Amino acid sequence: MKGMTEIVKTVSKLLAGLIFFYGIYIVVFGHLTPGGGFAGGVIISGAFILLIIANGIDEEKIKGEKERASFLESLGIFLFWIISIIALCMGAFFFLNFLGKGRPLNMFSAGTIPLCNIAIAIEVSAALCSIVIAFILVKKGDNK
Amino acid sequence: MSSPSIAQYLLPVLVVLPLGGAFLIQLLKKISKLISDIIANFILGVLVVLVFSLLNSPVLVYKVGGWMPVKGIPIGIYLVLDGLSLLLLIIINMIGLISLIFSISYMRRFTNRPLYYTLFLLMIAGMNGVVMGGDLFNIYVFLEVAAIASYSLVAFGTEADELEASFKYQVMGTVASAFILLGIIIIYSITGTLNLADIGRVLKDEVTEAPIILTGVLFLVGFGLKGAMMPFHAWLPDAHPSAPAPISAMLSGVLIKAIGIYTLVRIMFNVVGVIPLFSTIMLYISAISMTAGAFLAFAQWDFKRLLAYSSISQMGYVMLGIWLMTPLGILGGLFHMLNHSVFKSLLFLNSGAVVYGTGSRQLKRLGGLNQKMPITSSTSLIASMSIAGIPPFNGFWSKLIIIMACIQSRHFFLAGLAVVVSVMTLVYYLKVQRYAFWGELQLTLKDIREVPFAMCFSMILLAFLCTIMGALLLPGVKELFIDPAVNTLVNGREYISLVLK
Amino acid sequence: MTYLLCSLLFLVGLSGVLLKRNLIKIVISLTIVEYSLFMFLALVGYKQNAFPPIVKSVAEEANYVDPLPQALVLTAIVIGLATTALLVALAVRIYEKYGTFDIREIRRLKG
Repeated sequence: MKGMTEIVKTVSKLLAGLIFFYGIYIVVFGHLTPGGGFAGGVIISGAFILLIIANGIDEEKIKGEKERASFLESLGIFLFWIISIIALCMGAFFFLNFLGKGRPLNMFSAGTIPLCNIAIAIEVSAALCSIVIAFILVKKGDNK
Repeated sequence: MSSPSIAQYLLPVLVVLPLGGAFLIQLLKKISKLISDIIANFILGVLVVLVFSLLNSPVLVYKVGGWMPVKGIPIGIYLVLDGLSLLLLIIINMIGLISLIFSISYMRRFTNRPLYYTLFLLMIAGMNGVVMGGDLFNIYVFLEVAAIASYSLVAFGTEADELEASFKYQVMGTVASAFILLGIIIIYSITGTLNLADIGRVLKDEVTEAPIILTGVLFLVGFGLKGAMMPFHAWLPDAHPSAPAPISAMLSGVLIKAIGIYTLVRIMFNVVGVIPLFSTIMLYISAISMTAGAFLAFAQWDFKRLLAYSSISQMGYVMLGIWLMTPLGILGGLFHMLNHSVFKSLLFLNSGAVVYGTGSRQLKRLGGLNQKMPITSSTSLIASMSIAGIPPFNGFWSKLIIIMACIQSRHFFLAGLAVVVSVMTLVYYLKVQRYAFWGELQLTLKDIREVPFAMCFSMILLAFLCTIMGALLLPGVKELFIDPAVNTLVNGREYISLVLK
Repeated sequence: MTYLLCSLLFLVGLSGVLLKRNLIKIVISLTIVEYSLFMFLALVGYKQNAFPPIVKSVAEEANYVDPLPQALVLTAIVIGLATTALLVALAVRIYEKYGTFDIREIRRLKG
């Protein structure tokens, strides 16, 4: 897949890091401000997709990326599953908020919610990247 | 059996275990070629054991996350197990296990089998969540999970036919989900709560007529489309034949019941309350489904398409029994639902075996299969006799009860219609038998053999169940799981007090 | 009157699903239908003279807009995303097999 012009490539290199950190900010403070795992995950994947589309990529490298993205996606969901099932295994209710709640309105408060947000962000960003990579791969096959 | 405080911890396991297993398969798929088969079958075996250990338990309510009610008002997500949910759980997990055993051999011809098992386990998890859901939005989310998994499974082979069928199915399914969501929003804006029992409690005090009727119509359209009731059946004859055979068995035998009939019945009987106009409309829809499905099935020359239209017809029978709203009718309807899942999935697995052995499902190109594929043809004969209602197989008993219930509530025309459709069912299944299995073996089919062991095992198991399931009506056995299911529907709004305690 | 725009969008989307012939236009109409419902759901939780449901300090007991529909909308948006992604992937594969996006040509299943 061909990349875009030189200006787009330079600007995207500068912006992608900013977008990535903005996404992480939205994920980590998800229990205090609006956003959370899903919205932050979409923004993080936006950084990667921007780099892919602006710079172009060739086919062998992208196939390896797709495998890794699918694996990360399943890993994210599996982490979320483990967090929710730990409480079930310990004899309490499913999905119980079992870690200490800390002082309210701090970054490290509200029990398991920040961990769940991080797991969901990993999953969503990997899933969206793998969707876009799958579409790029199909488009390449079309040009045969 | 088990005391309520322990047994209720089993409820989330029925949803959590297939969810975790689905993604575990994706993580571990590189280890060996067989590991996805082993994990999937093991998980479903565990699920079947768990479901059968929940027999004879009282109504169980599980509050997810431990969020206790505040001042008597339930907050949080509830998982509720009562008789009706238990009946459907048995159907889902048992037919799921048997289809999975079938797909160990059948899916060898497809690539990317770990993906198939992942989607299958997601579908099972979604359906388990729908039948156990205690609040509307949870039912909607799990319904979407099961539906999206089924859209992908219909398109699994990625041939041209399958893609087109899946696209049509998806568009209609998404419109149906939009209508269901609209109904949920209207109920939320009236009652201020999403918990099923709480909605029933609030609606008992103040019943505003027009919005509730609008919600009823929206749910009728939405869930009717998911359950292939007659005016909204158009996706089913394309989607069910195009799916791989074990998925057709799951779709036709389980999915349209769990997310079509069960959800509408649960909301109407237990929460909102049925006005006589609504049950009359549903009786008309059932009668139309029954007859039109039979007439359309009659004209088909494609084995699986005929079975798909026959599903529409039999769903008409189930709805006819349930919407008569008498105890005998509800017994007939629910028992026919249980029977239909067994013999229809057996028929679809048979068609899968025929496709696996001969490569075709057009009746005109088959013939004389009973010489080369004895197990397939004898099990399909048993299934055809069950679905046509020949004693002593299970279909006879359930159809007899439905017809008796029609006569008992003085709907003589419907009873006559049911008998006529039953005769038509016998006729078109005899057509299948005559063209596919009896007669002379065609020259192109000389070298076919019987299908592998796993497929034979699942077909024989289902045929055995067809033969003995008539015994479920005996007085001692009936209390196991059919009577509690009938009682939850007959007692209607008492569900509210049982859950809110 | 408050919900006029939502109903209008719903009907526009629904008529798009029924009348349009291009596969991608059908997908876009479906997303319009879904988004109109999300807007309706978020508007149902509105209260007059209330604050957004973000807690600034613990002691404050203020009049908040209903936060439950907002959480439901977030879930429903994710479901909508999954459905749309699957539909578009199918549409692309159909283009590979049939060579056209026109639904009048994609009609091999009949009867």
